[in-house]
Amino acid sequence: MGDRSFLVELGEKISPDVNCRVQQLMRQLQDAQLEGVRELAPGYRSLLVVFDPLAIAPDYLRERITEIDAHPLSAGLPPAKQVAVPVFYGGECGPDLEAVAAHLGTSTDEVIRLHTGTIYRVYMIGFTPGYPYLGELPVELAVPRRSTPRTRVPKGSVGIAQRQTGIYPVESPGGWQIIGWTPIELFDPGRPLPSLLEMGDQVKFEAVRPVEI
Amino acid sequence: MAGANVFEVLSPGIMSTVQDLGRFGCARYGVAASGALDGFAMRVGNILVGNDENAAVVETTLMGLRMKALRDTVVAVTGGNLQPRSGREPLPLWRSKRVREGEAISFSGPVSGFRSYVAVAGGFQVAAVMGSRSTNLASGFGGFEGRALRKGDILSVGAVEDPVRFADRVFPPERVPVYASPWRLRIVWGPQDDHFSEEGRQTFVTAAFSVSPDSDRTGIRLNGAAVGRKPGLEESIISEGILSGAIQVPGDGQPIIILGETASGGYRKIATVVSADLHLLGQITPGDEIRFEAVSMETAVQALRELQHKIDDFKRRLSLNEMKQPRISSDGMPGP
Repeated sequence: MGDRSFLVELGEKISPDVNCRVQQLMRQLQDAQLEGVRELAPGYRSLLVVFDPLAIAPDYLRERITEIDAHPLSAGLPPAKQVAVPVFYGGECGPDLEAVAAHLGTSTDEVIRLHTGTIYRVYMIGFTPGYPYLGELPVELAVPRRSTPRTRVPKGSVGIAQRQTGIYPVESPGGWQIIGWTPIELFDPGRPLPSLLEMGDQVKFEAVRPVEI
Repeated sequence: MAGANVFEVLSPGIMSTVQDLGRFGCARYGVAASGALDGFAMRVGNILVGNDENAAVVETTLMGLRMKALRDTVVAVTGGNLQPRSGREPLPLWRSKRVREGEAISFSGPVSGFRSYVAVAGGFQVAAVMGSRSTNLASGFGGFEGRALRKGDILSVGAVEDPVRFADRVFPPERVPVYASPWRLRIVWGPQDDHFSEEGRQTFVTAAFSVSPDSDRTGIRLNGAAVGRKPGLEESIISEGILSGAIQVPGDGQPIIILGETASGGYRKIATVVSADLHLLGQITPGDEIRFEAVSMETAVQALRELQHKIDDFKRRLSLNEMKQPRISSDGMPGP
């Protein structure tokens, strides 16, 4: 992309295998500590390698990336972290839950059962700091984005759209259907690891019932 | 090292933030680079006042910033000409000037460009977060308390010995960039230029686009002839990393030039602004006109080399001058 980055594409479709290759190439390039490489930005199926073209010759870097990609890590990747995310579904916490259930022609309980019944992979962190793109949502839960995006989605909102689900780490605009809310802190720039979740992690949602007072 | 108070914000103007060259290595956490949008002006400002090029500066947009000096100091204002003044006197751009305690520097509005940079000898002192002093507005961290400046904020400065020795340095006027509409921005095609129709690509490099008032630090939104994609392709693509200067085209065919506050995106990118022209993006003003010109990778890198040469050459001249001149300390006596 431009004169200072390469977009290395590792597959056409969204799949855990392709995403693992992205993760692996990122790790290998990180370990290679190439002079002039400024940023590695992983996506679902690609790795954006940003560099200073005055510090490293683009052609040389291209060759190195090709060479490194041809020799995947023999040791593989470290085991994925598993994170349980408690969610309050529906009501004020999930204003779109009813509409989602209605759209799918099912009950809100069934939507919750389906959403909590899958272990999701973190495909990438993006949109806003710490925002996890999680997949894949069961096909029975696939709903379109809201036709009008919200200008303010509260921090902690759990959303779904098509075959994806995600959690808003800060208040931001957003177009996904909001079905729940979690109190967990996804992003804190003061922590040694600022993002709670990283690419490759596994997430399991757990339904919590609000305590009646 | 606790900094000394240097400026009190009397009015923040349209928007003023603390920025350095940006936050790198955090894209994997969804953290964008942020940073000064006109990196060239920002680096020259820092060099003028004797700082490291990456020292934190104040970036101010359009008009209205007023700051009162709380001590004698040396500043350089670079970038767009927003008519800076020190007290009642015009403050010349692209040179370092002494500002005395009690004087207010102010910006009354643009003659050229959109953003000005205030560099201060010693650098604005804010904590580095994730390796950078830039403000991340989306998540509210970095810079000054993670937000744009407000009335009453007190900015502090890093310790520097005898800052007055950095006063009255001048960046060669013939090397000051020209900020004027219509802009001609050089681009390198891709990464998804092949997703656009031949007509769409032609439109992109021949049409004039006007800059929408919706533009902000996340992107410059353009209005003009629609840049069409190939038939049968959906509006969005699978999300991927993005960098400033990338030009994405959503479904309506109206391009958006991505700036520093975005780490990933799901629209097709027809082209990317060359590194040598990135600094100009910080000076593009709503209502301006833009045309794109495609260049080769080699031309793009050569242009960047020339831009870098302007910086290197200026630094070399400054150090030569310093060797020639006996150092005069602030009390007027020759230094050691």
